Amino acid sequence: MTHVMGVPDAGGHFGDFGGRYVPEALMPACLEVESAFREAWSDPDFVNEFRETLRLFGGRPTPVTPLERLSEHLGLRVFAKREDLAHTGSHKINNVVGQALLTRRMGKRRVIAETGAGQHGVATATAAARLGLDCTVFMGELDTQRQALNVFRMELLGARVVPVTSGSRTLKDAVNEAMREWVTCVDDTHYCLGSVMGPHPFPWMVREFQSIIGTEAAEQLRALGVEEPDLVVACVGGGSNAAGIFAGFADSRADLVGVEAAGGSAVGSGVPGVLHGMRSMILQDDHGQVEEAESISAGLDYPGIGPEHAHLASIGRARYTRAADDEVIDALGLLSRLEGIIPALETAHAVAWLLREAASIPSGSTVLLNLSGRGDKDVAQVRSLLEDRR
Amino acid sequence: MTRLDHDLRAVRERRRALVPYFVAGLTPTWTQYLEAAVQGGADLLEVGVPFSDPMMDGPVIQAAGVRALERGVTLEGVLDELARTALGVPVVIMTYFNVVHYRGLERAAGLLADAGVAGVILPDLSLEESAPWRVAAGARDVATVLMVAPSTPPDRIGRIVATTQGFVYAAARMAVTGRASGDGEADLVVSRVREHGDVPVYVGIGVSAPEQARHAARHADGVIVGSALVQRVLDGESPAELEAHISLFRRAIDEGAREA
Repeated sequence: MTHVMGVPDAGGHFGDFGGRYVPEALMPACLEVESAFREAWSDPDFVNEFRETLRLFGGRPTPVTPLERLSEHLGLRVFAKREDLAHTGSHKINNVVGQALLTRRMGKRRVIAETGAGQHGVATATAAARLGLDCTVFMGELDTQRQALNVFRMELLGARVVPVTSGSRTLKDAVNEAMREWVTCVDDTHYCLGSVMGPHPFPWMVREFQSIIGTEAAEQLRALGVEEPDLVVACVGGGSNAAGIFAGFADSRADLVGVEAAGGSAVGSGVPGVLHGMRSMILQDDHGQVEEAESISAGLDYPGIGPEHAHLASIGRARYTRAADDEVIDALGLLSRLEGIIPALETAHAVAWLLREAASIPSGSTVLLNLSGRGDKDVAQVRSLLEDRR
Repeated sequence: MTRLDHDLRAVRERRRALVPYFVAGLTPTWTQYLEAAVQGGADLLEVGVPFSDPMMDGPVIQAAGVRALERGVTLEGVLDELARTALGVPVVIMTYFNVVHYRGLERAAGLLADAGVAGVILPDLSLEESAPWRVAAGARDVATVLMVAPSTPPDRIGRIVATTQGFVYAAARMAVTGRASGDGEADLVVSRVREHGDVPVYVGIGVSAPEQARHAARHADGVIVGSALVQRVLDGESPAELEAHISLFRRAIDEGAREA
């Protein structure tokens, strides 16, 4: 059987999207990562070490929680895959454990990473500490202010954080700067990209590392008596948590829904373009310059989307929609009060979509929500946003 | 062979090529810097069209790009001004692939050709992804110049040399533009390229002083000077001042050629 989310072609294409658009200086490094990953991923010892590290260190498996009060509120059967309970507070740990193990396998001693909200940066610093790797994280200057505590967390974990002052001083500029740095140090450094984006093999490799979310969730739902959910919902910036959970259900009949930030909706408002090594849907102005995304959540503040999502949208296998800042704050509050779970602002986008659309979903439908991260990092920001409202 | 191949092989018969780089639209009178560069001894001009996300550029060209974009520079505007400027040497456009991709490959190739542009350097368009663009550009006699880096293994060098048009852009070091010192690995990269064919090899990335240009010209067919000139434009130097500075590079390159 062919899988909807299978292996991309030899050049890393998912249909019309993906590929490898990088300076020649980085091509050999990308090829090296690809061949190391292919080899590692077919090596049972590596796969076993990946799973065991996530079990003993990363807190997996994360549970699937029936959200009973929310279900009653909406007239649906809502389940949450609890990535917020994973080590470091989000699904990001899955990817960084995979890439850190791969870094060691390639004989490199250092990782660099970009980060938006700081979650991927913290996760990378965590995995680097665990495996004894040096770690440098590039973070837009604006984001270092929005997420100052995460900067301190990374430093506590022994990483160096470099504020990026170019461009819009957010996630996309942090990616540019990490790429520029990588050119100078490919011999001993791996670029631990944080989402299902960038040049081949990153979109595929990161999805493979994250697919543990969907694989676990499918099994856990069956144990709860749900053979197949009707809907799977996840927030999407670059799209790694969505890719991870979709991977477990792409071959089922479940409706797959990705929720972007209204100000960063690459599928909804973007056009095909080439950025950060990939061809995908990208927000651009009338001259082909990349536009800045705008969202209250730093983690979704990205003008592109992973190429496999662009592909899933183009073939109609997944649909991509958006949530606005205001409804996201409301959703965060409601989930906190009804379920005792404070979600990350990113995650609250998926919740917001569900609250908005619940009335149009057939009553009694089964919904799997990817609770990609916890909101501890956001409470100060949410408090000030709520104060501004009054 | 493209027109650029013929032109640059003709240059090689005479001397080592000097290739100054400027950011289009950086100042209202930016084309005067191109004219000054030709007066100062340029054989080919590399004109950068700014992109919002210049992955291969260091701080100087980033800053220049931001300033030019704030001035409202567009590919169409740049080409319009180039078409109205008589320079007497070929021009290649350096930009990122999205700038041409956004316009559609055939349409972009047509715009470039109609403005008299001889070729393009698209640093993020890998050899593997370049075929559709090369077909579109080739149909309008617009050359596609490919890069070789110190990290490029021999089999890739062979394929790049067989595919590039006009010249091979040999990156002297593993770095983005303008962030460098010393001579890098230019000689090594040039000699590796030579093993694969007789296409002209130009050295760039981090050539900031005439002395470095002189050294590079001992082995290479041409030298590309970018950030060092762009910094001077950012600092407010006049076209005449730039011309004087570029003639220092001219002399250094000619000396390097004699020392070869």
